[in-house]
Amino acid sequence: MKAANGTLATGPARARGDEDASADTGSHLTRSDRANLLRYMAMMRFAEERALVLYRQGKVPGSFYDGRGQEAIPVGSAYALGPRDRTCILHRDLGAHFVRGVTPERYLANYMGRSGGVTGGKDGNMHFGDPRLGSVGMVSMLPDMALVATGMALAFKLRGEPRVALTYFGEGATANGQWHEAMNFAGIHRLPVVFILENNRFAYSTPNELEFAVDPVERARTYGFPGVAVDGNDVEAVFERTREAVERARSGGGPTLIECHTMRMHGHGAHDDMSYVPAELLEEWERRDPIERYKARLVQDFGFEPAEVEEILGEVRAYVDECAERALASPMPPPEAALEGVFAREWEPLGDGHAPWSRWREAA
Amino acid sequence: MAEAQLAGDAPARAAEPETPATRELTYLEAISEALREEMRRDETVLCIGEDIGAFGGAFKVTDGFYEEFGAGRVIDAPLAENAIIGTAVGAAIEGLRPVCEMQFADFISCGFDQLVNVAAKLHYRQGVAVPIVVRLPSGGGFSGGPFHSQNPEAWFLQAPGLKVVAPATPADAKGLLVSAIRDPNPVCFLEHKGLYRTVRGEVPEGEHTVPLGKARVAREGSELTVIAYGSSVHLALRAAEELGADIEVIDLRSLCPLDADAVLASVRKTSKVLVAHEATRSCGVGAEVAALIAAEAFEHLDAPVRRLTAPDVPIPFSPPLEREVLPQLDDMKEACDELLRY
Ligand SMILES: Cc1ncc(C[n+]2csc(CCOP(=O)(O)OP(=O)(O)O)c2C)c(N)n1
Ligand SMILES: [Mg+2]
Repeated sequence: MKAANGTLATGPARARGDEDASADTGSHLTRSDRANLLRYMAMMRFAEERALVLYRQGKVPGSFYDGRGQEAIPVGSAYALGPRDRTCILHRDLGAHFVRGVTPERYLANYMGRSGGVTGGKDGNMHFGDPRLGSVGMVSMLPDMALVATGMALAFKLRGEPRVALTYFGEGATANGQWHEAMNFAGIHRLPVVFILENNRFAYSTPNELEFAVDPVERARTYGFPGVAVDGNDVEAVFERTREAVERARSGGGPTLIECHTMRMHGHGAHDDMSYVPAELLEEWERRDPIERYKARLVQDFGFEPAEVEEILGEVRAYVDECAERALASPMPPPEAALEGVFAREWEPLGDGHAPWSRWREAA
Repeated sequence: MAEAQLAGDAPARAAEPETPATRELTYLEAISEALREEMRRDETVLCIGEDIGAFGGAFKVTDGFYEEFGAGRVIDAPLAENAIIGTAVGAAIEGLRPVCEMQFADFISCGFDQLVNVAAKLHYRQGVAVPIVVRLPSGGGFSGGPFHSQNPEAWFLQAPGLKVVAPATPADAKGLLVSAIRDPNPVCFLEHKGLYRTVRGEVPEGEHTVPLGKARVAREGSELTVIAYGSSVHLALRAAEELGADIEVIDLRSLCPLDADAVLASVRKTSKVLVAHEATRSCGVGAEVAALIAAEAFEHLDAPVRRLTAPDVPIPFSPPLEREVLPQLDDMKEACDELLRY
């Protein structure tokens, strides 16, 4: 397989870009790629809506978290990855799991603690990753996975493999010391890792003003690599910035920090009424909904018929409904499974993730 | 087996297979040799830690490694313990076998999160194996003070998913480190700094492994069992000699998994038990071993299970204060004597 090759063109290193929603994306996405971007964003939206209903019906033990309004970030970024690239996906990034091949069925089953869930009931909500799809599931402590992704990138670099690790974190997590440890380590060794920073304005109830004095994207330069800012509600812009960063990393150019500006449109979790968020702010961002915007753009700029767009959404909705039925039919795990798996008997490699971007299909 | 392969300088040994040839090494040399031989055997093994490269490490365990293996396998890390362990976790998931060096065991507190929340739980949660070793130069006795003298093993024993070993002899230091590197799980390797250059012992030539989870009878006896590990094994052996008593010394070597069978077999034989360690008392290994014995061998006991440990205080700096806190030979003799006379 000629999957992860290091020969892709390298975009110019951007020391730090201004928010750029109108990147020239003409040559990198086909018509079916664009349909896919819509499909995965809708899949995330519908699956999370469905999970929230299950939560309210009492079928989800514990708590519930979603990434409503942020769908363009996980979908646009993960779409730029090749099969042998690796991910650590965070709690607002369900769409990245879907791009890499997790099904809504296994996501919903995981939320409900069923044996058919990605972790088989061992861990809940968004704390999962499918090792068979090249993903290491997040831990709660933020942003610990930034170091794990950096370590995977270290392995790629040491072995001279043209592969990339990509991970996510919220702007809140950039205040934690481990974030600095990861940026610094990645910078020292110019590791092939892409850091996607989702600035959704809040860490739980804490607003940007109380999180940092200087926007974290500015810090990238001081670690020795570029930081770029992008409109996180523009899926093609996120894709494009990530594509550049991934190609830079793959060809030895080192890490990139991509700050995606967005807004968390739901509470921190389903228990949070987010009374601390001014209503005008939500209204403003509602008008920038990434899915609505992309639907309009597909019609206006890329020759999709409105009916075609609605058909895609209808298909996705039906698929998510089917998945929900199957997840509900998945049994609870046998209690004795709680005692299994503390220690490994042998090491096994992670499997490869799906890479639906047409470029990878052509390469395969 | 592969044993013969590495004993390249002893070609005519096939005829006398029973006792392998040995030579004397210090505890530190044995650790160093285990690392070097594993790195030669398996190119996925690498070391990462502060000042371990050209400088050879604070205690010189990796002296000469940088020259032999290069910067890509002897990685000088910045002063960031979570980064050392966290990147090792990522590299291990991707097929490398990192051996992390904490400059002193005490600094594991700064990498604790990656160890107990990421490394320890990944297999249970996701089925992802994390084959890393964390080397922890531990223990006191040289005025290291509260931040360079600790024995933090009990911290790890409350984190399911970590294996924990604490060798007392050069042979076990080598054999356990080799096994730790080959194990697919995160292993905390406690190497007592006080033993580095003071303890010498015979180490088998060639490939030498000691299984994780198996204790060792360090001295046979029938009147009292001292269950110890690390530096306390040496105290127990000296006490037994000086008292001229019929004392059995069990060297646990491995704290997780714990060799319950070896502990219970010795208790059934001697009926009296002292558990000894340099780490502090409450909820330590001694407490766990005492609970095991109470539950599984109560009817074999002729005396209460006693513990000889550091009291629950930080390790102080000044020599008389430190001596007061760390178990000394006289303390060991007294504790044995009391039980023998019970
Ligand atoms: C180290 C750590 N401290 C506290 C928490 C509890 N917590 C969970 S999410 C969260 C807010 C995270 O904010 P941010 O990083 O901006 O991500 P977002 O949820 O906004 O996407 C907090 C405080 C945590 N997960 N990790
Ligand atoms: Mg946030």
